[in-house]
Amino acid sequence: MSAATKPASTEAALTMSGAEVVLRALKDNGVEVIFGYPGGAVLPIYDAIFQQNAIRHILVRHEQAAVHAAEGYARSTGKVGCVLVTSGPGATNAVTGLVDALLDSIPIVCLTGQVPTHLIGNDAFQEADTTGITRPATKHNYLVKKSEDLARVMHEAFYVAKSGRPGPVVVDLPKDILINKAPYSEAPKTEHRSYRPQTEPDAEQIRKAIALLKGAKKPIVYAGGGVINAGPEASRLLTDFVHMTGFPCTNTLMGLGAFSSDDKQFVGMLGMHGTYEANLAMHDCDVMLNIGARFDDRVTGRLNAFSPGSKKIHADIDPSSINKNVPVEVPIVGDAGRVLAALIEAWKADGQAQDKAALTAWWRQIDGWRGIDCLRYRQEGKIIKPQHAVKRLYEITRELGRETFISTEVGQHQMWAAQYFGFQKPNRWMTSGGLGTMGYGLPAAMGVQIAHPDALCIDIAGEASILMNIQEMGTLAQYRLPVKVFILNNEYMGMVRQWQELLHGGRYSESYSSALPDFVKLAESFHAKGIRVTDPADLDAGIREMIAYPGPVIADIAVAKDENCFPMIPSGAAHNEMILGPEQEGGVAGVTDEGKVLV
Amino acid sequence: MSEFANAPRAATIAVLVENEPGILARVVGLFSGRGYNIDSLTVAPVDETGRISRITIVTSGTEMVIEQIKAQLDRLVPVHKVSDLTLEGPHLTRELALIKVVGKGELRMEALRLADAFRARVVDATVESFVFEMTGNADKIDAFCALMRPIGLVEVSRTGAVAIARGPRGIN
Ligand SMILES: Cc1cc2nc3c(=O)[nH]c(=O)nc-3n(C[C@H](O)[C@H](O)[C@H](O)COP(=O)(O)OP(=O)(O)OC[C@H]3O[C@@H](n4cnc5c(N)ncnc54)[C@H](O)[C@@H]3O)c2cc1C
Ligand SMILES: Cc1ncc(C[n+]2csc(CCOP(=O)(O)OP(=O)(O)O)c2C)c(N)n1
Ligand SMILES: [Mg+2]
Repeated sequence: MSAATKPASTEAALTMSGAEVVLRALKDNGVEVIFGYPGGAVLPIYDAIFQQNAIRHILVRHEQAAVHAAEGYARSTGKVGCVLVTSGPGATNAVTGLVDALLDSIPIVCLTGQVPTHLIGNDAFQEADTTGITRPATKHNYLVKKSEDLARVMHEAFYVAKSGRPGPVVVDLPKDILINKAPYSEAPKTEHRSYRPQTEPDAEQIRKAIALLKGAKKPIVYAGGGVINAGPEASRLLTDFVHMTGFPCTNTLMGLGAFSSDDKQFVGMLGMHGTYEANLAMHDCDVMLNIGARFDDRVTGRLNAFSPGSKKIHADIDPSSINKNVPVEVPIVGDAGRVLAALIEAWKADGQAQDKAALTAWWRQIDGWRGIDCLRYRQEGKIIKPQHAVKRLYEITRELGRETFISTEVGQHQMWAAQYFGFQKPNRWMTSGGLGTMGYGLPAAMGVQIAHPDALCIDIAGEASILMNIQEMGTLAQYRLPVKVFILNNEYMGMVRQWQELLHGGRYSESYSSALPDFVKLAESFHAKGIRVTDPADLDAGIREMIAYPGPVIADIAVAKDENCFPMIPSGAAHNEMILGPEQEGGVAGVTDEGKVLV
Repeated sequence: MSEFANAPRAATIAVLVENEPGILARVVGLFSGRGYNIDSLTVAPVDETGRISRITIVTSGTEMVIEQIKAQLDRLVPVHKVSDLTLEGPHLTRELALIKVVGKGELRMEALRLADAFRARVVDATVESFVFEMTGNADKIDAFCALMRPIGLVEVSRTGAVAIARGPRGIN
């Protein structure tokens, strides 16, 4: 190669160590924050971090929390979340977070340390087969075995994490690769060799969809997390489309905020703990437009009874989501934002008139279902109802008008948060939907707070879940992150208790939260504020005190111990076989034997 | 729903992949992790640089499952192309087998006669054994092995199927 054709950057770059190449690649991919925990195998990266200021490192207290924090960061910003952990136990601790991000389609790049290349396979100290273990836990993973591959792999990891259906990517980095000099090159401008997801929808499929939608008498729009993944513009287009068509719109748990809860065309969340009106509208509709949702079993209930009379349109960026659980008439592969833009244009261009009379009748039927008021509860006496605690939290934060982000743990409190906290914008709601990981909420809120230092970040928690990553209170203290942990303390693994009540004859096997800590003292020992509220009369004051305090707070709210979360579609039941709460008339109870084997 | 018949069918799927470490584990892990069948699987590099490998998988399932298998394969990052040869038209399937038969006297003669009828070649012989080589589709090899069993079949080694579409069209 002559001197003239030699790429100038290569030679200069050979002055960089592998660790420096890693940091440079992070910076060039727009990373500002990395959540991590050090160890022997990643010391070279920590040394490089020490010597620069472009990237801020947040020291968590457990690697699982690093991934959840990166998820919160990613979900609330639309950027890729970044994680750094050491080999062996560092990597295995991160696995739960990776699977969580995989199931909820969250873009994460997780760098794991590895023993030096010549020791791989020798059962060396803190060696684990990280690429083997994380293969089914990630969208893709890499083991860098040659210094000349390092820069390319780093860039590719970001491309894969964020393009198409987003997901977690692991880059496993042997220590010698980090120490040895490595060439740096910028992200290639060319297309990826094999991974090129389709984002533009097919015009013919859009035409078929519009023909169905225009002719619909009982339509519904069922929008999911894919709309959030597609960015805030997709939510805006969804709103335009729903307004221009006059259709009812429901969101999945992952889609909350994609369509405003204030909108009169919003019929609430659907699914197992969705509203009566959303589920019955799904069951009775004649045309369903699924946009960025994946017909999850929590949503469909018994498959052979799911929306039996409808023609279905399914728009998804991942062809494997289409026809997986529910066969559809019109599949559309593409990005939710691009699909919505195309639908809006085609809807306008199409000459066919809508059946307005049918739509009016449909809304009358839906309003009838709304009349059941399926989320009504009665707050009376000296015990705080958990629903009421969430409702007041929502009303007070709205009244204060601050930018608010909510995360949750997993259980009844999560469902009550979904039901009683309204979201008007996307990216304000972080929850572990697919994996249902207890311990997600606190670190996720931490990641959100890092990205939005002035916002109000609240983790709506259960007393059992919060203990699964409680050590992160230390991280809050270290970085002065004013996250609020709002515990609905029912002294039970309430969701487990509820299933035991409904399915297992009230035998509450191992679901009581014994020997709970004093959460006020616990908060104080972590340099945070602790508040305990037991009387409904003190609830508002407690909430206001929590929000007003400038630092981290644990608010321990003692709530009714035996409250169940309704409405509920029991496992194996159909949408029109919901169990309603004690305040509502009607509804059908009973879990079949086939239902019992389901989760 | 009618297009998704519930009867399972066999499918021969060709997958072009980046020839990188772990790719086979990804494909096999996908099948085991999601509970799909693998009847056979073969793999070898197929381009002049050795960068691209071709995996041939014979599987079975309902139409909906086969569609899932193809979509799941296609979303693996190092996968270039997934082609359902069964669906896409006439194709050829071949498998290579090495079959060891031990026997003496009249049994030896019978083994050779059958081998001739099946166009199996003798690739190794001792006074008491033969190794036959044969190519064909799986049914033909199955049939040959079944006939050899009472004669003295002791060992079989098979490659699994490789397949290619008939006619001028290439996979790309
Ligand atoms: C205790 C508990 C109870 C639950 N109860 C309910 C319930 O009652 N109701 C409910 O809805 N959920 C419930 N869930 C959550 C449920 O398990 C699923 O996580 C959730 O329903 C999935 O949401 P989704 O369909 O929007 O898909 P997501 O998991 O958000 O997946 C997004 C889909 O969109 C696609 N996509 C991604 N990016 C794009 C893009 N740019 N453009 C287009 N498509 C894209 C993806 O390929 C995928 O198919 C519960 C979870 C728990 C833990
Ligand atoms: C890591 C993990 N382990 C177990 C479960 C099963 N699980 C789901 S909800 C739940 C109880 C949660 O209790 P709590 O945090 O108090 O919330 P509540 O339901 O009482 O509101 C359990 C054990 C889970 N989702 N995640
Ligand atoms: Mg609880």
